[in-house]
Amino acid sequence: MTLSVRIIPCLDVTDGRVVKGVNFTNLVDAGDPVEMAALYGIEGADELTFLDISASVAGRETTLDVVRRTAEQVFIPLTVGGGIRTVEDVDRLLRAGADKVSVNTAAIARPELIAEIADKFGSQVLVLSVDARRARTESGFEVTTHGGRESANLDALTWIDRACALGVGEILLNSMDADGTRAGYDLGMISAVRAVTKTPLIASGGAGTLADFAAALDAGADALLAASVFHFGMHRIGDVKSYLDANNYPVRTVANK
Amino acid sequence: MIAILDYGSGNLRSAERAFATAGQEVIVTSDRALALEAQGLVVPGVGAFAACMAGLSKVNGSEIIRERIALERPVLGICIGMQILFSQGSEQSENGIHTGVGIWEGEVSKITAPILPHMGWNTVETHAQSELFKGVEEESFYFVHSYAAKSAVGKLSSWTTYGEPFISAVEDGYVTATQFHPEKSGDAGLQLIKNWVGAL
Repeated sequence: MTLSVRIIPCLDVTDGRVVKGVNFTNLVDAGDPVEMAALYGIEGADELTFLDISASVAGRETTLDVVRRTAEQVFIPLTVGGGIRTVEDVDRLLRAGADKVSVNTAAIARPELIAEIADKFGSQVLVLSVDARRARTESGFEVTTHGGRESANLDALTWIDRACALGVGEILLNSMDADGTRAGYDLGMISAVRAVTKTPLIASGGAGTLADFAAALDAGADALLAASVFHFGMHRIGDVKSYLDANNYPVRTVANK
Repeated sequence: MIAILDYGSGNLRSAERAFATAGQEVIVTSDRALALEAQGLVVPGVGAFAACMAGLSKVNGSEIIRERIALERPVLGICIGMQILFSQGSEQSENGIHTGVGIWEGEVSKITAPILPHMGWNTVETHAQSELFKGVEEESFYFVHSYAAKSAVGKLSSWTTYGEPFISAVEDGYVTATQFHPEKSGDAGLQLIKNWVGAL
């Protein structure tokens, strides 16, 4: 018996549609979120992540509806992130059917938000999303905000260490340098973060070849998140799992339908 | 009819839909009479043991659970909803020991493992006589927890190992419990829910 590696497709949602770009720009339409979530569920996704990148209040309401409709038909864990600033925002998403939420910018601005959410709902609902890139900070990695466009003037490892102490249940580590490039996960960043935390670590950004997924696990990731390689059909979730299984990584397989 | 006990704990919407797939009418309620009369009562739970017990006491949940069992009516505890059925739970030292509903004598304590929470899909070493796992004995289920019970209780215990062995399910007459989330465990979880509902 071993805990399986989790494969997590990420759906960036705006105004009710899934979009994907390179380095967080040049967004292109990738499909209907509820349909895609259901398909990924059937294909064996171990969890789903929605990242709400809507800029408007109306867009956020649409995302709540997407979460609602997804949770009604897809019975695997669903994480929702994007624009969460208060305990009330978390409450709304959990009531709509999210199992976990991820916080990013708002927690950087006000770290107590982490403790507030963990105290109210438990740390297992809380994923710390860190958009990090290589920079001349103490660890060599810094935190960015606004989808990688701005520096938060914060060392990534220092921030992760602090956030874990405040009560996050999981870390989603997204490499801004690798995001959407399909050139491989930032392995140095993964192993540097793994060395400072005993909290589950999801690697994100840069997945391209099947070997990239295995390399991220070797670097210390517990779970692997990817978007464009799945949305644009470069790999099916089953392909990734078969490859990992053949290379002796523990995966959950689902029956073909 | 199946009642899901609403005491302010977690995402009950998908639990409601998951149990509805078993072909039963499902209500989410904190009403004592409805919770007592339902064919099956589901006690969900996420977060901390103490917070769950506090939420439960606001709806007289302990009494409802005990009364149902005394009346030989089925109860299913999920995740922390399983843990609070034990007599006590130990959390971080500053919080000390907390008293549970006490259906089973025993303690829920922190798992010894390098990375916590135990989060993700794991398999179960099911008891040979298990009815609950019929047809899904080899499947994986979704876990998210840092605490667990480590001594067998009730009629049938099934086990999972993460760092150390712990009880991942109990089948004890009218009382059933899973440490994992069947409502989040895809088709395998839905089958397990059907097995429980089918035996009501």
